[in-house]
Amino acid sequence: MTLEVSIQARAPIPLAVDFSVGKDELLALVGPSGAGKTTVLRVIAGLHLPDEGRVSVGRAAWLDRATGLALPTHRRRIGMVFQSYALFPHLTAAENLMLAMDRPDPAKARQLLDLVHLQGFADRKPSQLSGGQQQRVAVARALAREPAVLLLDEPFSAVDRAQREGLQAELLTLRDRLAMPVVLVTHDLNEAQLLSDRMLVLDHGHMVRIGTTAEVMADPVALRSLGVREAAALLPARITGEVQDGLTRLETATGPIYLAGVTGPAGSMVRVRIMAHEVILSRARPTGLSAQNILPAVITSLQEGDGPAVMVHLAIGPDAVLARITRRSVAELGLAPGQTVHVILKSMAVARDHIAAGTGLSA
Amino acid sequence: MDWQALTLSLGLAFWTVLILLPLSVLAGRWLAYGRFRGKALVEALVMLPLVLPPTVLGYYLLVGFGRNARLGELWQGLFGHPLAFSFEGLVLASVLFNLPFAIQPAQRGFEAIPVSLREAAACSGLSPWYALWKVDLPLAWPGIVTAMVLTFAHTLGEFGIVLMVGGSIPGQTKTIAIAIYDRVQAFDTDGAGVMAATLVAISFLTIAATYWLSSRAGRRLL
Repeated sequence: MTLEVSIQARAPIPLAVDFSVGKDELLALVGPSGAGKTTVLRVIAGLHLPDEGRVSVGRAAWLDRATGLALPTHRRRIGMVFQSYALFPHLTAAENLMLAMDRPDPAKARQLLDLVHLQGFADRKPSQLSGGQQQRVAVARALAREPAVLLLDEPFSAVDRAQREGLQAELLTLRDRLAMPVVLVTHDLNEAQLLSDRMLVLDHGHMVRIGTTAEVMADPVALRSLGVREAAALLPARITGEVQDGLTRLETATGPIYLAGVTGPAGSMVRVRIMAHEVILSRARPTGLSAQNILPAVITSLQEGDGPAVMVHLAIGPDAVLARITRRSVAELGLAPGQTVHVILKSMAVARDHIAAGTGLSA
Repeated sequence: MDWQALTLSLGLAFWTVLILLPLSVLAGRWLAYGRFRGKALVEALVMLPLVLPPTVLGYYLLVGFGRNARLGELWQGLFGHPLAFSFEGLVLASVLFNLPFAIQPAQRGFEAIPVSLREAAACSGLSPWYALWKVDLPLAWPGIVTAMVLTFAHTLGEFGIVLMVGGSIPGQTKTIAIAIYDRVQAFDTDGAGVMAATLVAISFLTIAATYWLSSRAGRRLL
């Protein structure tokens, strides 16, 4: 079932959005704080009533201001994960889940807790769980309702970085089992890029851009709202068994790269988030360079913005990478579409949490 | 020792608590969550009995209970006896002058529940009434217990209003506080002393029990 959302509002913040999310699809709502991301989520949940708008899932309408329809929150089949988790503090983990079920079923609660790797924690109260464990209970409780739509409001922002990686990886594996539209609100573009199929960029309540994650993360208009330093591409690579000096050898379409902090079985695929401003381009294959990662690539297009920088779109085999370099460099190197260049990347320029398992979501 | 007066006082406190319990839950929740025009006015009205001299409230109640007033007339017509100087009249007066003691702590109890928890209850598919039972009440109960303890103890000790609207009819409206006053007027200091000590003991036990409960619950009730 497809979630369709259309909202127009003037107060408390102006909003004008119109989008749909298919089943099996994860849409990330991104944008600066105060852009209205959470408000959009609250409209879907029925926690906020906009001046005008329509929300429907499949053939069922939840909100239609034109006809005066506004289903109360408890009658909408939503699974909501709050930023603060909002677990019921007087109930155990299992009881939190059962309260959200139409027919409380301890066996089903146990299954769901197993699913989020919380075996043996069923009888703990939220205060007896760590932040990461509470987050898992919150996800399991959202699923316990058997929702038609899953809504995630900054679900990873309250856990530390080390835990976040693990939880994000779990959400990715969980997604394969969920056949429902998922809307993720986040201010973390790395998280959005690693988890989402499509992205919606909001700024001051209006839609700057909606599109596939790769499109949006390379789009200069979208990046103006997000901060151009966030431009990045996801490069698929296969983990080889080779590890030397703490660096793991990964195989991309056009050659090996060596990165630190890669975990995963040999032979499995990962996606490496490569920031456009970290990429160096060279016409000839450089020698005598400290950078370990040199990949042949073909320039597909050059995109000029308002500033001194140019966004270079590159193809590494079938995969796309972005490089953000100065207009001056483009002129000096005489770069043009169709040329073969060498992409140079410092191993240390890839942060640990910019490497995610999987081959991509919608693919 | 005037056992009849003690029993009457305990009965009055019991009925007052029984009536105010659901009232404090509903009104407390309404005032805690509600956003409406005139909320401050309603809150001020609820608190009014706290600052008014009992004789003032007693005076208005006495006038209202009288046969010439609509309430008194209605009561006389329905039950065949006047509301003033009756146990029922005393209960009604007691409910009114305990409103701030019952509603305020309950309201604070509900206000202490984070908004996100109530939203989570709705998102989990709980109807408002089911959420009240499963989420709000279990979390707000320290406030509600506080409200009921204060109401109970306060009813036992109330003197001014009882004297105004109840008089001192043995078995009907003569509470333990009135009985103590009576004994003192009759220069029976021993009798007054015994009853005063009993009242101290009961009040102390009630409050102490609340503290014991709150230490077990890990939360402060008073």
